[in-house]
Formats: sequence, structure tokens, C-alpha cells
Amino acid sequence: MNIVNEQNLKKLKRTPLYEAHKKLGARIVDFAGWEMPVLYSGIIEEHRAVRNSVGIFDVSHMGEIEIVGREAVKLLQFLTVNDVTRLNDNECQYSMMCYPDGGIVDDILVYKLTGEKFMLCVNASNADKDYQWILKSLHAGKPEGMFRNAEVKNVSDILSQISIQGKNSEPLLQNITSDDLSVIKHNRFVLTNVGGVNALVSRTGYTGEDGFEIYLKNENAERVWNRLLEIGKEYDIKPVGLGARDTLRLEMKYPLYGNDISEKTTPLEAGLSWVTKFDKGNFIGRESLLKQKKGGLKRKLIGFEMTDKGIPRSHYSIFKGAEQVGEVTSGTMSPSLNKAIGVGYVKIEISDIGNEIEIDIRGSHQKARIVSTPFYKSSKIKQ
Amino acid sequence: MDFPDGLLYTKEHEWVKVENGKAKIGITDYAQHELGDIVFVELPEVGSGVVAMEPFGVVESVKTVSDLYSPVSGEIVGVNSELEAAPEVVNTSPYDKGWMVEVAMSDKNELKELLSADEYTKYVEEESQ
Repeated sequence: MNIVNEQNLKKLKRTPLYEAHKKLGARIVDFAGWEMPVLYSGIIEEHRAVRNSVGIFDVSHMGEIEIVGREAVKLLQFLTVNDVTRLNDNECQYSMMCYPDGGIVDDILVYKLTGEKFMLCVNASNADKDYQWILKSLHAGKPEGMFRNAEVKNVSDILSQISIQGKNSEPLLQNITSDDLSVIKHNRFVLTNVGGVNALVSRTGYTGEDGFEIYLKNENAERVWNRLLEIGKEYDIKPVGLGARDTLRLEMKYPLYGNDISEKTTPLEAGLSWVTKFDKGNFIGRESLLKQKKGGLKRKLIGFEMTDKGIPRSHYSIFKGAEQVGEVTSGTMSPSLNKAIGVGYVKIEISDIGNEIEIDIRGSHQKARIVSTPFYKSSKIKQ
Repeated sequence: MDFPDGLLYTKEHEWVKVENGKAKIGITDYAQHELGDIVFVELPEVGSGVVAMEPFGVVESVKTVSDLYSPVSGEIVGVNSELEAAPEVVNTSPYDKGWMVEVAMSDKNELKELLSADEYTKYVEEESQ
């Protein structure tokens, strides 16, 4: 058997928590140019900790971009597909930036701090690309010129992010947070004090469980991480790596950029039309997306579970009889359901729930069934 | 890490136990540890042929898919069907309950190419540095 060894990791970036991960015995891998923990004790054990008690994740590799100024709202309305004007202060929304052809630049969270100050949380792999794209769009936005009163700052290198997810995350975090967390609803946030340092705490996550994401300055990250782990013992906390982060998000069918969504797929194909607000006015990609909507989709991102043996993996072909009808974009053995599950794009004609498809696993066609998603249906997100 | 004496090893991290002229094959403690939680094992059918250093099956962890290479040539005469329902046994008992296939060898000289427990231990130490 072939075991892929840790490659030459020398040129990769490290988060302020790198040494803390080493001390915890993490296995480190290259992810999007970062040396990140893929697992500590084991993916399945970590996955279950999040579903049953609480897990703590270092997601400091994620990018943060600030947009400040009188035209911040206008710029964001033009750049993103969701409607920023629906946000109140201290609320955030899931959104996407698209190219003019409707392909996805990135999927993001838009945080509204004030009417003139926003923060975008973007994927690590896309942070530089997104920043450049926003700068370029500053000039392209208006017939009369650029958005002069919107300042764009990439603050990824000064901010860390710690995520705590699972039903025990609120009581755990409340121990060291000055504001009352019970009043913070899903997709809301508060600027508060966590463990003696300033932090932005949002009730958000990528797991399908109740949880929080804590943005703080790099120099404060290790202190807060260690305190949460220490106090967390009482709450059955486990540090969780990117391996379980992936199985947790996949059980919810949350898309992963680069796998399930990309510049070659649109929000509509990905089943994210609920984020795409055509009635808000012009935005980059609107025309193409509207055309796609009117013309009808040709393919769609579906979720399926294997009824035969085997585990679906990214890039496996999807068949219906002799005809190839699509491709798997993500797949795994679901630790919560103990079933092999996957997502992928298939031709619209066969995308109905209940339909039988086959996955080409190493040359053999194994049966699967299209199912409703999320796969994991006991989500505890507090609305 | 446990590499029992008496077994033979490959650089691809399989082990072989020779009993009554037959070769029992599995993956090493190092391999199961590197792979992490094993969730699926695909094995050939009894009666099929295997060739030394060619893939004969697949082992999957949550994140990875890895080929299994046969240390010897011959015919599959036994398959551990328990692994279908309980692949995690490869993690908990790699040399015993986690065995994978049994091969009736066609060329016992191939065993000479394999590593002893000492040689394999040294190899793993070098590789993991």
C-alpha cells in the first residue's frame, strides 16, 4: 500500500496555534497553502464529539476582508449575490461573489458591523484571489467610475479564528465571555470580551450544530484556545481537525469551494438560489444567472447515499444505465449515519429525489439513490 | 508501534505470515495508524489470482483510498469476510482479526525479497523522519 507522507511543508503558512496543535499530537497536512491539523485523536471520534458535546477548531487560515466607507453597501450589493440591505448591524449572512458568467468566485459570510463597516469571511484558498477581485470590481462597478468611498483591506494576516461547535458550546464559551450569549441568535454576532481579550463572536458554523466562531487578533489566539480547551474538559471538548470538519459539513451538504462549487458552477446549479436575490438590483453575474434561471437548469447538485458497497469520492463518474450523467464532487463514509454518502452534479432530468443512479467505483458500477438533504437531519441550529 | 517477529514485511506496509505453505496477508500497525479510521476494505474473491507487488484490493479511511499490494504471487484461497461489516478491526487488530487474504503461493522464492521485523522497523523509522 502507498502512504502519502507529509510533503515538504517548509514554505507553507502557519497559524498562531501551530505549536499548540503539535503539543496536542495533531497530524499536520498542507491545506490551501497552510500547515493545518487534519486530525488529533481520529476523525470519527472528533466528528462524534461535535455531534454529541463540543469540538474546538482552529480555522485561522480563513481570510477576512474589511470593507469600510460610505459606499460599502453599494459595493457589496454589486459584488455579492445576497441582499446586504437586509442585514441589521451585528448580523451576518451567507453569500457568494460571482463572475459575470455566473461562475462562483467564492462563498462567503458578510458581517455588518455598522452601516459603513463590513467584514467578509472568505475561504483560505481564495483569500488573495477574492481581495484582487474586489479591488478590480471597485473600478468596474459604476458607469461614472469607481467606488471612491469604499476602502478594502485584507486583514487575513492579523486575525485568527477559533470555532467551537456542538450543543455544549454556549455554556462553555459563556464561562469566559462578558456578553450574554443566549440572546445571540443564529447569524448574529457581538463584539465582546472573551478570556480578557477583544473578539467578534458570531453564532455561525459549518457543522450543522449550534456553535460560535470567534475572531480575534493573532497574538490573543493561543491564550483563548488554551482556556477553552482547559474549561472545555468539563464539557467533553475535543480539538477537531480539518478531516472531521469535512465530514461534518458534508453530512449537512454545505458546499466546499473547489469541490462542490467553483468558477465553473453557478449558485443556481449548486442549489443556492435562496441566497441569490434577483430583486435587489444589479450585481455581478445577475444577467447570466437570470438567463440560466429562465432557460432552465441543465444540471443540479444532488445528494445521494450508496445502496451497494463502496464509498463515493470526488471525481468518480455518475451513471444512469450506460450513460454518464454526472460526476461526484464530494463523498465520504458518514460517521453519524454509518452510510456512504456523496454529492455531485447530475443532469436535471434525473435529479429527482428517490431516483436510482450508479457510481463508477474503480470500474464497477455501484448503485446509489438520490436522497433529500441535509443527510444529517437532527441539526440543532438555534434560529 | 508493534512489528511482530516471525512475520515478513513489504516497503508498502503489508505483512505476511507463512503457515502450512500459505501466506496470510494484512497491513502493518504503522499502516493502520497512518491511515486512521478504516471504513472500507475491498478484497478479491476466493479463486482469483494475485501477482507479487501488484494491487489486489483497496483499503479506505475516512479521507483516503489506498491500494493493497500483494507481497507474493498465487491464488486467493481465503478472504476475511468479517472486514465487510467491521473494517475498523484493521485498526484495532492489524495482525490478528484484521488479516485480509490468504494466498496459495506459486513461487516461494518471492518471500526472500521481503523484510524481516528488524529490517522493516528500521525502514519505518527512516521513512517517518
